[in-house]
Amino acid sequence: MAADGQWLTFLALILPFLGAAAAPLLVRAMGHNAAWVLALVPGFIFYHFTGFLQPVAAGETISGGYAWIESLDTDFSWYIDGLSLTFALLISGIGTLIVLYSGGYLKGHAHHGRFFSFILMFMGAMQGLVLADSFLTLFVFWELTSITSFLLIGFDHGREASRRAALQALVVTGLGGLSLLAGLLVIGGITGTASLSALLAEGESLRGAPLYMAALLLVLGGAFTKSAQFPFHFWLPNAMEAPTPVSAYLHSATMVKAGVYLVMRLNPVMGDTLAWETILPAFGGATLLVGTLLGVRQTDLKLMLAYTTVASLGLLVMLTGFGSKVAVEAAVLYLVAHSMFKGALFMVAGAIDHEAGTRDITHLGGIGRAMPITFAAAVLAALSMGGLPPFFGFLAKEEIYAGLAHGGSWGAALTAVAIAGNALMFALGFAVALKPFTGERVRTPKTPHEGPVLLWIGPAVLAASGLLSALASGLSHRFISSPMASAVAGEPVSVSISVVPHVGAPLLLSALTVALGIAAYLALERGRAAMAAVLEAIGWGPDRGFDQAVRGTVIASAAVTRFVQNGRLDVYMTVTFIILAAALFVPMIAFGELPAVPELPLLPFYEVAVLAIAFIGLGAVLWARDRLTAIVSLGIQGFAVAVLFMLLGAPDLSFTQFMVETLSVVILALVMTRLHLSPADHRPTDQKLLDTSVAVVCGAGLGLMLLRVVQVPFDGTLSAFFAENARVIAHGRNIVNVIIVDFRGLDTLGEIAVVMIAGLAILALVRIRPGAAPARAPKLPKAVEEKLEA
Amino acid sequence: MRTLIFRTIAPYLASLMVLFSVFVLLRGHNEPGGGFIGGLIAASAFAIYGIACGVAPVRRALYFHPMAISGFGLLVSGLSGVVSLFKDMPFLTGQWAEVHILGLAVDISTILFFDIGVYLVVVGAITSIALALEEREHV
Repeated sequence: MAADGQWLTFLALILPFLGAAAAPLLVRAMGHNAAWVLALVPGFIFYHFTGFLQPVAAGETISGGYAWIESLDTDFSWYIDGLSLTFALLISGIGTLIVLYSGGYLKGHAHHGRFFSFILMFMGAMQGLVLADSFLTLFVFWELTSITSFLLIGFDHGREASRRAALQALVVTGLGGLSLLAGLLVIGGITGTASLSALLAEGESLRGAPLYMAALLLVLGGAFTKSAQFPFHFWLPNAMEAPTPVSAYLHSATMVKAGVYLVMRLNPVMGDTLAWETILPAFGGATLLVGTLLGVRQTDLKLMLAYTTVASLGLLVMLTGFGSKVAVEAAVLYLVAHSMFKGALFMVAGAIDHEAGTRDITHLGGIGRAMPITFAAAVLAALSMGGLPPFFGFLAKEEIYAGLAHGGSWGAALTAVAIAGNALMFALGFAVALKPFTGERVRTPKTPHEGPVLLWIGPAVLAASGLLSALASGLSHRFISSPMASAVAGEPVSVSISVVPHVGAPLLLSALTVALGIAAYLALERGRAAMAAVLEAIGWGPDRGFDQAVRGTVIASAAVTRFVQNGRLDVYMTVTFIILAAALFVPMIAFGELPAVPELPLLPFYEVAVLAIAFIGLGAVLWARDRLTAIVSLGIQGFAVAVLFMLLGAPDLSFTQFMVETLSVVILALVMTRLHLSPADHRPTDQKLLDTSVAVVCGAGLGLMLLRVVQVPFDGTLSAFFAENARVIAHGRNIVNVIIVDFRGLDTLGEIAVVMIAGLAILALVRIRPGAAPARAPKLPKAVEEKLEA
Repeated sequence: MRTLIFRTIAPYLASLMVLFSVFVLLRGHNEPGGGFIGGLIAASAFAIYGIACGVAPVRRALYFHPMAISGFGLLVSGLSGVVSLFKDMPFLTGQWAEVHILGLAVDISTILFFDIGVYLVVVGAITSIALALEEREHV
């Protein structure tokens, strides 16, 4: 591939981040119309990737990249095949519409620019995730989607519920991310590869490896949390606290599909095993049923859609894990169809909320006449969701049943699950698309009317594309479905289903689904009441479990903190010095490194005199009547040591010692006068004994260690190096200073940073007002406390 | 501690100490001295001045908040290391240039600025602690 093409792809990968940086400025300059400009970012990316359709349809794969961390042999690299290309097109295409939609939805919001920033950053992260080739690139982008999702869910950070939902999503998907990292490391360890393309070329070695099961479980830990599979589904409905464009984009069309992407990506190398074909359909099927059943319970349009998203993700995982080629085709078709209809329906729900002031389905009705375009988009999207011809959802549904039909009793069971789930999704989809618009006009908080073009263009385009892509099924299969299905299956697959119905088992099952769906739609009110009663009876769910886990962690950490940080300075000091003494003595004794008794040299009289002064200073500390005298006496001893340094030929050290001693005496004296301590020391005798013995042991340990240090042979390499090179390389005669500022400059930089931070901390401590309440163990978040009381 | 003698002498003593600290800082590369020691000397000068004449005059004389001086020092040290990056050398590689001032050849280096940064960090951090403690004495 040409070098400039590589450059353009790299640009496409970083462009969203550049756009994110520019967004706040643009919004300041142009207001909500900045959306038109910012939509060019994903628009360009979409255009760029359409250029790959032709080669990828012809069976090529495109890869490129740059060296990233050469010492770790890690590249920043991408890999474009049918799977990643389809995802990239969905992300950038729907992204364009979402940017436009959020221009209208958040018009006039105080942090509109920030919102654009976040959503573009997310777009960049998601784009990187699906295009990443090297494991590390994949993981970095994977985590980046979690973080940007956190920012977006918590966008309305003034509300407790938003913050809780954001944190919950971050904890669940973040833990999953760590699991994925471990899984990728295990895979790398088994196969010796560090990139997806190399792994796909590797073929069989992974499946037979003894650690296959560990790798599988770890990777699925990442995929299932991200894609909200039961029992990790609970964060997704809570994420509906985010503004609707986020729900439409992250939590239906793109991010939550990252897990599905991962599963699909690894299907050729990890699939086709008993574990794969058991775990995936089992969890996927459970998620499908749980999602739809919980969705029936909801009255909020967004929550109904959120649970159908959970269900759809379950369906996708189930199909990917089923293990037949047709099921893979079905998964591919359903994924594309779902992105279109669910994105559209979410935006419709947002438009209703925006225009009518509520999204509670029981308080809506008859607004279709006021919002005709939105209504039309909703119906088109629901038709696709319900799997009716001639929509793309219909193609998907036919393939689902065709794929599951021939698989023995396991296939039959899953078919039953799929029928039940699809029928309920049919009912929920039409409930969202019909109930608010039809029937009698209900009074709503705002008088609804059609929103501005920014609000309806997104759902309209997505809903229409669900129809057009099915009518032109030849084209969409050639460029999208077949290449993607081939990439997922790991062998060439040609999708050929069209909107013309073929009489057969799948069509009959489709008809059965529709019939059941209509029945469910009509009985939705009763079903809601029944589900509410059931959930009331159970009374516990993973959502509450999450709170209990958080609460347990908080309580446990508070207990540990109270134990370790009990707030008594004397205990801290005692513990610190006992550990110091242990650190000095234990290695010396354990390794038999105690020093030999040294020969006492004959000291010149002035050295003896200085030593005597030091001892007098020490004696004065011990016998001092009040603390201030003790502090000053300690200074005497310090000065004596400084003089010794001077005599032994270390002027720099001695100089510093003088200054440090002076300042410590001054500062200690100042602190003492502030603390209002009694002038004399009134420790009880046993306390004195303990402190004395700790002090003596520490001093003896330090002394013995120093003695030992001078007794081992001296390695002069470094001294010789510095002495030789200080003048030559660093142009300085003072070796100590040259070491500090030049040879070890980086250390010094770190040290002065520490000096400054310590200074800031001390300043803060000094400024604490004496009567202020002492800090207690962290309080529980309010939401948690409320839940506990309830 | 605030005797008349101390109060009268302190300003002169402090200015001499600051002057000396700069001397110690600048000669540090070849003779005993350097930014760290210089900074400690200057900090004790300000501490003495503060004890003798009160904190307010010291703060006026310093003009900037000591912590800001400290932060500026860290910035200077950090930036002095960046210079070498433009020459494709590792961070903090010393760069030297000979400058002629009034007919005298003076060696100027990024190392010198690094040391000045160290000096400022030490002066700023310790002076702010000392002043904060002295201030509270008279609340």
